[in-house]
Amino acid sequence: MKATVRVPTVLRPHTGGAAVVEAEGVTLGALLTDLGERHPGITERILDPGGGLHRFVNVFVGDEDVRYLEGLDTPISEGTEVSILPAVAGG
Amino acid sequence: MSASAARDDGRPVGGTPLVRLKHLSPSPAVEIWAKLEWLNPTGSVKDRVAEAMVEEARSTGLLGPGTRLVEPSSGNTGIALARIARREGLDLTVLVPDNVSNERLDLLRAWGANVVLTPGEEGTNGSISRATDLAAEGGHLMLFQYGNPANPWAHETGTGPEILGSLDRVDAFVAGLGSGGTLMGVGKALRQVHPSAQIVAAEPPVGETVAGLRSLDDGYIPPVFNPTAIDARILVRTEDAVAMTRRLLSEEGLFAGVSSGAAAHAAARWAQRLDEGVVVTVFPDSGAKYLSSRLWSGTLDEAVRRLGTQLYF
Repeated sequence: MKATVRVPTVLRPHTGGAAVVEAEGVTLGALLTDLGERHPGITERILDPGGGLHRFVNVFVGDEDVRYLEGLDTPISEGTEVSILPAVAGG
Repeated sequence: MSASAARDDGRPVGGTPLVRLKHLSPSPAVEIWAKLEWLNPTGSVKDRVAEAMVEEARSTGLLGPGTRLVEPSSGNTGIALARIARREGLDLTVLVPDNVSNERLDLLRAWGANVVLTPGEEGTNGSISRATDLAAEGGHLMLFQYGNPANPWAHETGTGPEILGSLDRVDAFVAGLGSGGTLMGVGKALRQVHPSAQIVAAEPPVGETVAGLRSLDDGYIPPVFNPTAIDARILVRTEDAVAMTRRLLSEEGLFAGVSSGAAAHAAARWAQRLDEGVVVTVFPDSGAKYLSSRLWSGTLDEAVRRLGTQLYF
């Protein structure tokens, strides 16, 4: 399944500066693997050494945080928007 | 009126109105209610937090006459602390990102706070790291909303019970994720009475544009925020937040700020999933602090462009 991926500024050096790129996969995990093949180095920044989501990264499929869905097993449907955001505070 | 409402300067904190948003409900069986926190003394929910943190510090002897305070804030907590500092003759320095609205900076200065701007591209994370450095040098007390249990406590004992006193049923509580204090404190209070209530964070996409982080390892999760205490996290795009802010004015007659628009958008999204029930949200501040951004003029695209990369939560 093809999805658009919104890339935060901090990861754009891996995408040649692009804020929105494409990647494919039936699950978020597969999509991130494909993303890493298209943009070498990016996946290692999003996942921790154990293969889980990095503590300071929030990944949204559509408008929901995957930590509260099925994590890396969250299904990706055609045309979905995946957003990667670094953890920041407000207040 | 809550126990914390009476203050020696006669200005009530808390006890804010809870209003029903009739036009945002997907059906008559789903109610959406919003607590209007801009009716606090300095116009935001943060008056609750500032009062609680100062009171706690005073009771433990950390704060007394002559204390010099330092605090990182995207504006509202700083403004709320500045009111108390002025009342009690304390010196206050607020570290604030330079991309907050001019109204917030003007209000901080009007209340007499020393304002130190930090790079907007680093977001609040930059303010936190510089305030932490300043506090480490000694001579200042940092109450630190992001790590101070008095922050969620103010909501657990104030905002939450006020909601419970007004509504017999709560199926979901939706609030913006800034320091995490509102979500944690209100969530805890509501769950004691309604154990199955869903606690939902509304997340603005600010992290997408924060350019000052060298890597994701520079990210920040406020210590008061426990991710396992919420049930979902909804991303709210700036255009959706602004669109809803305009809708709140035109349809509900509420002059809300952008963070309120973001919370309302997420609350309405959550309400769409319910066949029946009650969704409650918190509106942190009013449109007054966003007037210079002219959010209510021209097309939505123009309004979103004028807001630009301004920090609004």
